[in-house]
Amino acid sequence: MRILLNGDEKFLEGEVTIRELLNILGIELREVGLAVAVNGEVIPKSEYENYKLKEGDKVEIVHLVGGG
Amino acid sequence: MLDWENLLQDDIFEIAGRKFKSRLIIGSGKFKSFQQNKEVLEASGAEIITVAVRRVNITDPSRENLLDYIDPKKYLILPNTAGCYTAEEAVNTAMLAREATGINWIKLEVIGDKKTLLPDMEETLKAAKILVKEGFVVLPYVFDDPVYAKKFEDIGCAAVMPLASPIGSGLGLQNPYNLIFIKEAVSVPVIVDAGIGSATDIPPVMELGVDGILTNTALAEAKDPIKMAVAMKYATIAGRLAYLAGRMPKRTYAVPSSPMKGVPFKE
Repeated sequence: MRILLNGDEKFLEGEVTIRELLNILGIELREVGLAVAVNGEVIPKSEYENYKLKEGDKVEIVHLVGGG
Repeated sequence: MLDWENLLQDDIFEIAGRKFKSRLIIGSGKFKSFQQNKEVLEASGAEIITVAVRRVNITDPSRENLLDYIDPKKYLILPNTAGCYTAEEAVNTAMLAREATGINWIKLEVIGDKKTLLPDMEETLKAAKILVKEGFVVLPYVFDDPVYAKKFEDIGCAAVMPLASPIGSGLGLQNPYNLIFIKEAVSVPVIVDAGIGSATDIPPVMELGVDGILTNTALAEAKDPIKMAVAMKYATIAGRLAYLAGRMPKRTYAVPSSPMKGVPFKE
């Protein structure tokens, strides 16, 4: 399955939830500091476990960084 | 005896019902390390710190995170929409920011020009309207325009954040009269954002009667950011107290401070 992850193509094996994607990428699931959007929709953290990604999904994974 | 150490004890800075003791807000951009940022925050006495929302680096998801250093239970982590050039981008970024911070506060920035980083007021107002409807506490970065400031208040923004001079310019206060007009025009807090170059730029701004001040680059680019943070803490207090104390009128010519009568050796 091919998704667009933070603007770049990413290939995933089989069915993958947001939670699993974070695990694959080695991104820590932080209650404060992390957010994920799929096709422009922000997905609440409570749904990461069950939200299955689909072919062609545009996934944005963001965090909080220094800024003014 | 007058408790002069605690003159500002009852002078509470309130935004959208949340009370703060410090009127200084700091940014978290451009510091050498998270550790330095944390020390600057502590030294400044600020209770609000701004952050940006950015893509996680997928090829190297850094283990270290700003939030390992700054406790969101102790400080208000105020996310911004920096880098957005349209209302749509800013609204989408605000949505991500809400999920990332767990709070509905947003420092709304919609930039209109890369060179000056001045705000696009039309797009900012458009984004603010949407975000207010979505239940956000919206603090928009705005031009020092009293007419627009009133519009932001009227649509339900929790504060207005006019610039003193362009972001990162360090030019300090450029148009005190517009800030005075803004303060007169709105009843929501006026927080001067952008342009502060040093602690010494702060008192003249605070003395105008504005409610708070935000600074980032002046701290991060100071030779000693910790010393600058302490200087800014006191500069903010000095400016606020000077405003509350009320300055003497300005005169063209000198007026002696000592009595004219009884000067010795006079014929």
